Amino acid sequence: MAEATPLIDLQGIWRTYGQGDATVHALAGIDLRIDRGDFVAIMGPSGSGKSTAMNVIGCLDVPTSGAYFFEGVDVAGLTRDQLALLRRHYLGFVFQGYNLLARTSALRNVELPLIYKGLPRAERVEAAYRALEKVGLANRAHHDPSELSGGQQQRVAIARALAGKPDVMLADEPTGNLDTARSVEIMEVLARLNDEDGLTIIMVTHEEDMAMYARRLIWMVDGKIVRDEPTRQAA
Amino acid sequence: MLWETLVLAVQAILRNAVRSLLTVLGIVIGVAAVIAMVTVGQGSADQVTADVEKLGSNAVLIMPGQDAMRGGSFGVPAAAFTLKDNDAVEEISAVQVAAPINQTRERAVFGNENWRTDITGADNRYFEAAQWELASGRLFEDGELKSGRPVCIIGETVRAELFGESNPVGEKIRIRTMSCEVIGVTQSKGASTFGSDQDDFVIMPLKTFFRRIAGNTDVGIIFASIRDGASIPKAMDDISALMRERRRISLGDEDDFEVMDMEQLTTMLTSITGILTSLLAGVAAISLLVGGIGIMNIMLVSVTERTREIGIRLAVGAQASQVLMQFLVEAIVLSLLGGLLGIVLGLGIGLAGAHYLNVPFQPQLWVVLLAFGFSAAVGVVFGIFPAQRAARMNPIESLRHE
Repeated sequence: MAEATPLIDLQGIWRTYGQGDATVHALAGIDLRIDRGDFVAIMGPSGSGKSTAMNVIGCLDVPTSGAYFFEGVDVAGLTRDQLALLRRHYLGFVFQGYNLLARTSALRNVELPLIYKGLPRAERVEAAYRALEKVGLANRAHHDPSELSGGQQQRVAIARALAGKPDVMLADEPTGNLDTARSVEIMEVLARLNDEDGLTIIMVTHEEDMAMYARRLIWMVDGKIVRDEPTRQAA
Repeated sequence: MLWETLVLAVQAILRNAVRSLLTVLGIVIGVAAVIAMVTVGQGSADQVTADVEKLGSNAVLIMPGQDAMRGGSFGVPAAAFTLKDNDAVEEISAVQVAAPINQTRERAVFGNENWRTDITGADNRYFEAAQWELASGRLFEDGELKSGRPVCIIGETVRAELFGESNPVGEKIRIRTMSCEVIGVTQSKGASTFGSDQDDFVIMPLKTFFRRIAGNTDVGIIFASIRDGASIPKAMDDISALMRERRRISLGDEDDFEVMDMEQLTTMLTSITGILTSLLAGVAAISLLVGGIGIMNIMLVSVTERTREIGIRLAVGAQASQVLMQFLVEAIVLSLLGGLLGIVLGLGIGLAGAHYLNVPFQPQLWVVLLAFGFSAAVGVVFGIFPAQRAARMNPIESLRHE
C-alpha cells in the first residue's frame, strides 16, 4: 500500500513568542513531511527552534500559524484535551533529563501512560515488562530511578515511551546528559527499534555522532530548515 | 482509574507523612472537639434526666421571678413567697406536700475545720418532698421548728469535711455567730451531672434560718410534691392560678414567678449543654476553616513541588481533568484522614470525659457521619483551587521546571 498521506505533514508552520518589539519567531515557516518508519535527527545551534519544532510535532505546543496534519488530521483545530488524547495514543516522549517519577519503580514509571490509556492492571504490568525487556532492563523493574545509572534511567524512559505502542517516538536530546559510551548504548537501542520494529523516531540532538544513527538529518537555523538530507547511515 | 487516583493520593500523603499530619491538625482538632462535646453532652443530658427522675417525677418547683426557663434566671426582681403562700399551695387537693425553703451560702466551722456550703432553711416536709433519707440521727422536732432552735442536719460532704472520721451527731458547728447542734446526717446522693455535689449542705429549721441567717421571713422556693395519679399539668395550672391571685397579678399581666415540673427543669438544665454545644460548634467551624486553609496551602506547595511530575503526566497523555482529579482527590483524602483522626480522638476524649464526669458514654452516629461529611467537604472546597492550578499547567514549561 502506498503511503498516500505522510505520518507527519507540517505546512508553513510559524511559532511566535512575545509581542511588539519583543517578538521572537521560534519557527519561521517550516515545511516538513515525515513518513512512517523514518528516523529523523534535527540539529542546529541553540535558539534555532529545534526544540520548538519538536514540541509542535509532539502536540505539546500549538503553532501560531500554519497547518499540521498528523495522519491526515488537522491538529491546529484540536482542543487541549484532544491534544492530550493524541499524545496518549500516538506519541511517546524521551527527554534529555529522563523525567522519571522519583521514588517510583521503573515498572510503575513505564506503566504510567498505560494508566491513562485505561488498561487493567494485569495488562499494564505485562506490557510494561515487555517494554523494559526491549531496552534490556527487565531485571531492574523494581528499582527506583535513584538506584539506576543515567543510561539505565534513559532506557527506562524509552521503555515508558514504547509501552503505549506509539506511532512516533520523540526524543529531545536523549543523550545530552550521558557520556559517549552510554550515549552509544541509547542510540543503538533507538536504531534497533527503528530497524526491527519500524518505529518512527524524531530526535533533536546537537551531537553529530549521534545524529549519524538516524536515516535523515535536518539542519535548522533561526527557525528555518536550511538542510534536509539522508545521513551516511541511510546511504 | 479512580482506584489508581486513590492509591496515588494515599502514596503522596504517606510520602510526606509528618507534613500531612501537621497539615490536618486543624481538622483533627475541630472534629475531635465536636465529637467529644456531643458525646459528653448527650451523656450528661441523659444523666440530668436520670438525676431529676431521682428527685421524683412528681416534684414541682415554684420560684419567684421570671424567665428562669430562658436562662435569665431570677433576673427580674419579684417579691419572695411567704409561709402563707406555702400553706395555700399545700391546700390544693393535688398537692401532697409543699415545702418552703430558702438558701444562702455560708461558712460552717467545727474546731479547726471550716467549709463553705449551702445553708438551707426548711422543715421536715422538705425531706419528704425531695426524698432525702437520714443516714444517722433524727429529723427536726416540732418544738425545734416552732421556736427556731439552733439545730441542723448536714449532708455527707459537710460531715466528711468538718468531722472526718468522728461522729457529728451531738456536736456543735458554728455558722456566722450561731452555734448549731448537729442532729442528723443525710444519706449520700453523690455528684450530679454537672459535677455539683448534691451532699454539700446544712439544713436548719426555717425559723432559725429566718432569725439567725436571713434576717427576714422570705421563702425562696416552694418545693411541692404532687399526689400519685394526679395530673401534674393540672396541678401546675392550679398553683399558677393560686399564686396569681395571692400576688394580685391582673389579668393580662405576666406571672412574676415560675412553676416548673421536673420535665421543664430537665429542659432548663440540659439547655446549658445545648449552649456549650453550639459554642463548640462555632469553635469547630473556625477550626475547620483554618484547617481547610492549611490544606489549601500545603496542596499549593505540593503542586509547585510536583510541577515536573504534572508535566510528565501531561506529556504521556493525561487530560487536564485527570490532573485536576488527582490533586482534588489527594486534598479530599488528606482532609478525610484529618476527619478520621478527629473522630477517633474525639471519641477517646468523649470516653475519658464521660468517665471523669461520671456520665454514660454515648457516641452519636449522626455526629460521626456529619464530621466525615464535613471533612470531605473541606477537602473539596479547599482542594479545588490548587488542583485547578495543577490542571492549567503548560506541559512544556512544567517539564522544564527545576
